[in-house]
Amino acid sequence: MNAFFVIVRRDVTLSLRRASDTISVVLFFVLAIVLFPLGIGPELNVLSRIAAGTIWVVALLAAMLSLDRLFQVDADEGGLDLLLLAPLPLEAVVLAKCLAHWLVTGVPLILSAPILSVLLNMSLKGFPVMVLAMALATPILSLIGAVGAALTVGARRGGVLVSLLVLPLLTPVLILGASAVDLALAGLNAGPLLMLLGAMLLIAVVLCPWAAAAGLRLTIE
Amino acid sequence: MVNLHRFANPNRFMRLSARILPWASVAALLLFPAGLYLALIGSPPDYEQRETVRIMYIHVPAAWMALFSYSFMAAASAVALIWRHPLADLAAKSIAPIGACFTLICLVTGSLWGQPTWGTWWVWDARLTSVLILVFLFLGYMVLYDAFDDPQKGARAAGVLAMVGFVFVPIIKFSVDILELRTLHQGASVLKMSGPSIHETMLWPLLVMALAYVAYTTAILLVRMRSAILSARVRSLRIKRAQGESKPIVVTYRA
Repeated sequence: MNAFFVIVRRDVTLSLRRASDTISVVLFFVLAIVLFPLGIGPELNVLSRIAAGTIWVVALLAAMLSLDRLFQVDADEGGLDLLLLAPLPLEAVVLAKCLAHWLVTGVPLILSAPILSVLLNMSLKGFPVMVLAMALATPILSLIGAVGAALTVGARRGGVLVSLLVLPLLTPVLILGASAVDLALAGLNAGPLLMLLGAMLLIAVVLCPWAAAAGLRLTIE
Repeated sequence: MVNLHRFANPNRFMRLSARILPWASVAALLLFPAGLYLALIGSPPDYEQRETVRIMYIHVPAAWMALFSYSFMAAASAVALIWRHPLADLAAKSIAPIGACFTLICLVTGSLWGQPTWGTWWVWDARLTSVLILVFLFLGYMVLYDAFDDPQKGARAAGVLAMVGFVFVPIIKFSVDILELRTLHQGASVLKMSGPSIHETMLWPLLVMALAYVAYTTAILLVRMRSAILSARVRSLRIKRAQGESKPIVVTYRA
């Protein structure tokens, strides 16, 4: 357990020292959202209609940006070989790295989403569900993303490839998350969809580290 | 239990496939004209959809084969990863483009069918969306397979991806039953506990077409696997010749 938190702290510290990576993810999120009113036009009723979906899609894309670095940096520097030989099971290592990835990219996304939804004229009714659904969904992004990142370690074109592999797998998360916010905005009960998101999170916590570790073992020898 | 290792031997596979291939090809050649005749001329038009119902005989078997191809790919990948059978790997790699084509045929014919019956080319309902995702899963598999300098690594990574993506197959299969209110598709009408609800005159052409698709897939899959094995042989022979081996080359089977 101690080793688990050592890995989490190491990864968070490394990301904070290379803060430009972390900031660029949030900056991309903000910039892409800002582009929507410019492209679609500033009518407030149109913007409030598309606010929830836009924020979810852009959050998904922003989370993709940092995924290719999840294992690739360690693989390039040789740290991954040591982690493979470590007494801690590789599945736990993957889970620790996912937790660290979520802390540095998922949490900033959750925190900035309400501010951006103001820019898109989203009604205040959707805020609690939005934050709750984001809190459930962003760990899933990190976990499923870790599978894609593990499979593309050592591939010729890592960055784009991860998004190609992971985005189709993330469509259920997008549908559930955006629908939950839409339901809340319509004044309906979003509870069942949030529970489905929670169920997906639990399944992802169990299966994804296992699949990502299998991928790492198979591609690195 | 059947000893699977018997079939993992490429030589034995080449002999066996050489024997199956003509039968599968002939079956496809006979069943396609028969099925198309029954579907386009020999079966009655629908009382409501009129002649457009004939698209079904192309569309539905394509959807079945798309799901079957993905399941086959995932199963072959699992066998390849667990027992390290090079042939299983080859089978998974060979069926990926075939499955992607069936998925595309399913989407295109569905779109052509949707326009006259639903009044729209495309709706974002559960089944269309999930089948569209199936295309991306096939394409992602093929891209990942080729993304490594070491083909072995690509095969393994793509194999894991095929197994991860398999969670989508039940979602696609049952998307219509689960999300009944959000879809324009009808529920299952052929494989049901109470027997098929589709009329006999339409069921037979559908089944003949399905068999034709199966025979065609078998033939094309065998051709692709055989040509992959042969090209690997040719490559290794060329390398041997380039290295200047003086031993005479013995080819142990008839290609």
